[in-house]
Amino acid sequence: MAETHTPRSPFGSIMTRVDLTRLPFVRSMLVARGPQLAVQLAAVAGLLLVIAAGLLGTPVGSRNPATVLVWIAWWAALMIVAVPFFGRLWCGVCPLPLPGEWLQRGALLRPRGRGRGLGLPWPRRLRGLWVQNAAFVIVALFSLPVLTQPRLTALLLAGLVLVAIAISLVFERRSFCRYLCPVGGFIGLYAQAAPLEVRVRDPRVCADHTTKTCYTGSADGYGCPWLVFPATLTSNVSCGVCLECLRTCPLDNVAIRLRPMGADLRRSTPIRIDEAFKSLVLIGSALVYAFVLLGPSSALRAAAAAVGSQSWLAYAAGFLLVTVVLVPGLFLVATRLGPSVGSSHLSAKEGLQRFAPALVPLGLAAWAAFSLGFVLTNASYILPALSDPIGLGWDLLGTTSMPWAPVGGPLVSWALSAIVLVGLAWSSRQVRAVAEDLAGGVRMALPVWGFSFLVTAGLLWVFVA
Amino acid sequence: MGLRRLSPSTTLRAGSEHLARIALALVTLAVPLAVAVAWWGANRSPSAVTIHGRVSEAGGWLPGTLRAVVGSPLQLRLVSDDVVHGFAIGRSDAAPIDLPPGQVVETTLTFDQPGTYTFYCTRWCGPDHWRMRGVIEVSGSQPAAPEVVEPLYESLGIDIDAPHPASAVPQVRPSPERGEALGFEPPEGFRSRPDFIARPPAETWQSLRLDPSTRGLSESQVWDLVAYQWRSATTDAALQEGQALFAQNCAACHGESGGGDGVIALRTPEGVAEAVPAAGATHLAGEQPPSPADFTDPSTMLGASSALLQGKILRGGMGTGMPYWGPILTEAQLWALTDYLWTFQFGETS
Repeated sequence: MAETHTPRSPFGSIMTRVDLTRLPFVRSMLVARGPQLAVQLAAVAGLLLVIAAGLLGTPVGSRNPATVLVWIAWWAALMIVAVPFFGRLWCGVCPLPLPGEWLQRGALLRPRGRGRGLGLPWPRRLRGLWVQNAAFVIVALFSLPVLTQPRLTALLLAGLVLVAIAISLVFERRSFCRYLCPVGGFIGLYAQAAPLEVRVRDPRVCADHTTKTCYTGSADGYGCPWLVFPATLTSNVSCGVCLECLRTCPLDNVAIRLRPMGADLRRSTPIRIDEAFKSLVLIGSALVYAFVLLGPSSALRAAAAAVGSQSWLAYAAGFLLVTVVLVPGLFLVATRLGPSVGSSHLSAKEGLQRFAPALVPLGLAAWAAFSLGFVLTNASYILPALSDPIGLGWDLLGTTSMPWAPVGGPLVSWALSAIVLVGLAWSSRQVRAVAEDLAGGVRMALPVWGFSFLVTAGLLWVFVA
Repeated sequence: MGLRRLSPSTTLRAGSEHLARIALALVTLAVPLAVAVAWWGANRSPSAVTIHGRVSEAGGWLPGTLRAVVGSPLQLRLVSDDVVHGFAIGRSDAAPIDLPPGQVVETTLTFDQPGTYTFYCTRWCGPDHWRMRGVIEVSGSQPAAPEVVEPLYESLGIDIDAPHPASAVPQVRPSPERGEALGFEPPEGFRSRPDFIARPPAETWQSLRLDPSTRGLSESQVWDLVAYQWRSATTDAALQEGQALFAQNCAACHGESGGGDGVIALRTPEGVAEAVPAAGATHLAGEQPPSPADFTDPSTMLGASSALLQGKILRGGMGTGMPYWGPILTEAQLWALTDYLWTFQFGETS
């Protein structure tokens, strides 16, 4: 059942990869389209409920499923469970691109003819993560009103569905997910840490396979919707776990495997600069969000919510300064200092490309801790919102009048701190491994460690102080 | 016309696709339809009226005018769309109802008299909280009770908008206890409650000072008599009720200690506009209204009679930002509140 590899992970070679698709039941459940479609339809139903509740229900954010289910329940589940442990699995059932994809394919299940849409290739200049990075930053700037106003949440989700439909009808496959979705890039980056991967078993088999049905498609399934040739997959960043390659490979050469966490983080080739930038923007965003949403300043929260006001402009400028300039700039300085004290010589670009993946554990921990703090504080809103989903005075679950009650008490801040410290330890180990790969040794790792400690100190200050 | 022969597996696949499409259609139609029908049903129900409460800057009560018939129950579904509001009917004994944000609270009202009733917010929900009012027009076969009874200030010919500087002020804070200890029998015209409420204390002091019976008293002692006159004209129960009414309705502007320094009054227009952007479109965008009255200032307070103060509360201050409380407070509540205001001039400071 299991194939043994020599994983390049911080946990060393004691971990092996477990091929889940060698289990007949698991494989049949994954290959069959019914189970996946059932989950997708449930997700679509949830999306429709959220949009309807957001548009018709109470405008009180803490009582409306649109805000409560999406930004408290879903976000926490995504950041604390789904992404760290299952990577991009959510993307395989995410309802946002499904209407567009179904229209594009003209089918919900197997391929049925040519489908609809122009099928144009995504413009070459817009490939990579830059557009996605920009989309994330734009959404992030307006996040506080969206987080608290059900109608805005509903409009954002409906807008994303419409954009995804438009993109699907003009461009090929899941160009929306691959190049635009503001959450997709986020999930992809941190999916590298997940102990789950879709990979080919033997790339030589793919090389000899002339028709490459995993990319071109067959009667059994679609060519990779994420525009990836599975044989070249070296990380989870661009694999949407849609399972199509599992269905289209006639040679049973695609596997879904359990693996050591973070196995993607020490790739043999440098990552792209847009991916490195994404890593830094997300660390900066985690810092700002933690400070704004969990920090002591109500004036800052008010500024972040007052879109269009002078105070919001100041907040937006601060957000951009931290996420786009300060954090990437500090990291750049750290990677430039490293080579100068170490024995290796790297260009600025190479420094970013080599060391940025090492920050993934710290970034993931920061987001998980922030999300855990947020959900523990606000989880008691979930049952009342479900009990009266559109604000009509219902009490479906008998929990409508349940009062708000933060969970965890004083232990929460220590739990959040512990998560961040685990992330720091993991990232530090990654940093050292990268420095050693570059023959720079500990001295080369020192400045990047310093950067990581600085980020950690900022987060701990928010969580504890 | 040709006949296309389908293999069993192709037929099965086509069947699966059709089933999937049916499932998708059910999901995409059922969820929005169920939500829309439930929403429409709740909002169109003839048996209950849904009233949404929002801070005044965002619209106040929606709808702001309701209609009811004497004897017919009026079912209300009250829901706050933003912060905690309270719902109460003016000049009524019914306890206010708290409205937590987003929660529907149902209540039923039955009116036994036709007329226009004011409902209002009982929670300090924002800078313009007092504007959060609506009316219920109740019709019935019997004629509406006369709503307008000539206020005392009008029958006394008091111009409540005119300045009212005190003609005299005490050097020491007057004490009703000291006044009582004097064992002085006030002369005719200074004994009854009507005597007290019709005349400003400063005027009362001057009249008493000129009365031969007070010749042996110091100026401060005469002020103590004035304070005692106030205390004799009211009751502990009235003062307690007045204190509660002041805390609930007045303290936010006039301050808990009556100094005109409540939290709302201290906020600058910019600060209010920042906190409540919609407020920038209301009076705060224009000229700033005068500061709330300082009840601790004897130079103006002692120049006002209780009738004048009651009139201001009843009618509100023209152009001053002072709300009108006539439709909200009963006659007894108005006087209890007026009596309480004198605690800021007479008695122990606390």
